Amino acid sequence: MRTLTCTTLATLLTLGLAGPVAAEIRIGATLAETGGASFLGDPEAKTLKMLVDEANAAGGINGEEIVLIAYDDGGDPNKARTFATRLVEDDEVVAIIGGSTTGATMAIIPVVEDAGIPFISLAGAVDIIEPVKPFTFKTPHTDRMACEKIFDDMKAKGITKIGMISGTDGFGASMRNQCMSVVGDYGIEVAADESYGPQDADMTPQLTNIRGIEGLQAVLNAGFGQGPAIVTRNYAQLGIEVPLYQSHGVASKSFIELAGPAAEGVRLPAAALLIADQLPEDDPQRAVVVGYKTAFEDATGEPVSTFGGHAYDAFHILTGAIERAGSTDPQAIRDQIEATAGYIGTGGEVNMSAEDHLGLDLSAFRMLQVKDGNWVPAE
Amino acid sequence: MAELMQFLMSGVTVGAVYALVALGFTIIYNASDVVNFAQGEFVMLGGMITVFADQAGLPLPLAALVAVASTAAIGVALNKLAIEPARGAPVASLIIITIGASIFIRGAAQVGFDKQLHRFPSISGDDPIRVLGATILPQSLWVLAGALAVFVALWLFFTRTLMGKAMLATSNNRLAAKLVGINTDWVMTLSFALSAAIGALAGVLVTPITLTSYDVGIALALKGFAAAMLGGMGNPKGALVGGILLGLIEAMTAGYISSQYKDAAAFVVILAVLFAMPQGLFGKKSTDRV
Repeated sequence: MRTLTCTTLATLLTLGLAGPVAAEIRIGATLAETGGASFLGDPEAKTLKMLVDEANAAGGINGEEIVLIAYDDGGDPNKARTFATRLVEDDEVVAIIGGSTTGATMAIIPVVEDAGIPFISLAGAVDIIEPVKPFTFKTPHTDRMACEKIFDDMKAKGITKIGMISGTDGFGASMRNQCMSVVGDYGIEVAADESYGPQDADMTPQLTNIRGIEGLQAVLNAGFGQGPAIVTRNYAQLGIEVPLYQSHGVASKSFIELAGPAAEGVRLPAAALLIADQLPEDDPQRAVVVGYKTAFEDATGEPVSTFGGHAYDAFHILTGAIERAGSTDPQAIRDQIEATAGYIGTGGEVNMSAEDHLGLDLSAFRMLQVKDGNWVPAE
Repeated sequence: MAELMQFLMSGVTVGAVYALVALGFTIIYNASDVVNFAQGEFVMLGGMITVFADQAGLPLPLAALVAVASTAAIGVALNKLAIEPARGAPVASLIIITIGASIFIRGAAQVGFDKQLHRFPSISGDDPIRVLGATILPQSLWVLAGALAVFVALWLFFTRTLMGKAMLATSNNRLAAKLVGINTDWVMTLSFALSAAIGALAGVLVTPITLTSYDVGIALALKGFAAAMLGGMGNPKGALVGGILLGLIEAMTAGYISSQYKDAAAFVVILAVLFAMPQGLFGKKSTDRV
């Protein structure tokens, strides 16, 4: 089918008729729809498809239809790079959204930077936008921001001595390093630095050692997947009394289901999406997050996740930029993405600049805690 | 003292999980010398089918029963569709077939179920039991009891029943077994059914502790395999002791040395044991008549 379209297009081009006929905007995506990172890529892909249909039903961008060309890279950097190359060279897209994982994103960056195609990543690490690369942007908060938000909260509560326990997977290790690099600014001492494998079934030895620390005031667990749920259960099993902080990596309803009653009182930083229904009426994000949550849950029948929200923000930042640019010239689109200001998304208010290709500040994170089996804003 | 006790409890918790998975390897290995690398997927299926049967409205015990039965059926299908057609192939080829099967089952589970983590309630609640200042969850004791029960059943099966002896005979010499009237095809089918059922039972028992998702099989099978090798492949006693030992080494390393070196320490011990005793702790010395 695609070959047919291509042939037709080529014929039209030779006839000089392409202008008015090929009125479509081609957006590329390479996401981890399957594989180990599919819990990221799956809601992201579903969100993009939903938004493209929605936008086309409303008349497209500047009257032009959007065509989404999405590949499944399975979170594999090699495949991500291949697909990025194919998107740029064969599919001739005007922009790429994707890279569900940091690994895949880092593999895509050289391709888009060479080709001069704007690229919005959906992965977490701060390295993606630091140092700033001209064509690379991202929507999710960085793990360093999560650390800062957590340490802000600890400082406000007068906590100065904590234990850390982190997963050895990419997410846990990266967040641990970011936390270690900023913790000094908050006058907090990390008295224990334990780790666990992503598939471990019991973390009581590590937690026993943390519990034994004199004057321990809080514990921070950096990780995602089943690890944090098991840490939380073991935490309750050992009867540790001090507050437990989790990372944004487990900001979902399923964490509470997996950890059970042990999750009660756990604190973590997360995007407003998680507490969409509880946001006050005058909250600027309320309309956006409630709208996305309802649309996604109606379209897929699955609970909304912050990861899909990253794709939502990426799509709207991109289409906003194309609209303002008034053309599909990649350079013009890039300039307009960088000029994004005051965009309210699921992740917070985005104000990009030449020095900041993320555009979020700490206010984008809300401190939440588990109360009666639900996420509520932390007091 | 309380610390040591807690490390011991953790070791037993994790070790019982490894032991239960390791026991699943025994039967197929004893029937055919094949190490079934799809064993971890049987464990995964046990947990996942229980979760989804439970969500479909079945009471939990019935859901668990459905999971064990349907996983056994999948084991039989694996034998009929993939292993039996390759009957004449060398053991190494059969092992590679099981690796392929594990990838297939994992992929099918990802599409057929979903990609999320799941858990169902523990058998007797989550209130920790206190022993000498340390705590252990009741579910860990259930896993341990499950491992012991499977161990006893396997031991009786292989030493006291004609079928078990027929199975050992088949692995020893398939042609000779056939000549004395053993239906070797039936033995192979039975071995896959039993292994899959044990794997599924393990999945049902460990899920409240380890949680489950379509891809938990790889890590569980790796540790279970290591435990089985440590104890001696094919010997139920070896699987039990190997599993508990592996869990204890990991817990002690994490507790007293560093959690960073936990896995490394466990594998160093396994290497050292296999270097001195290539058959594992309880493995029989095999002699091939030339």
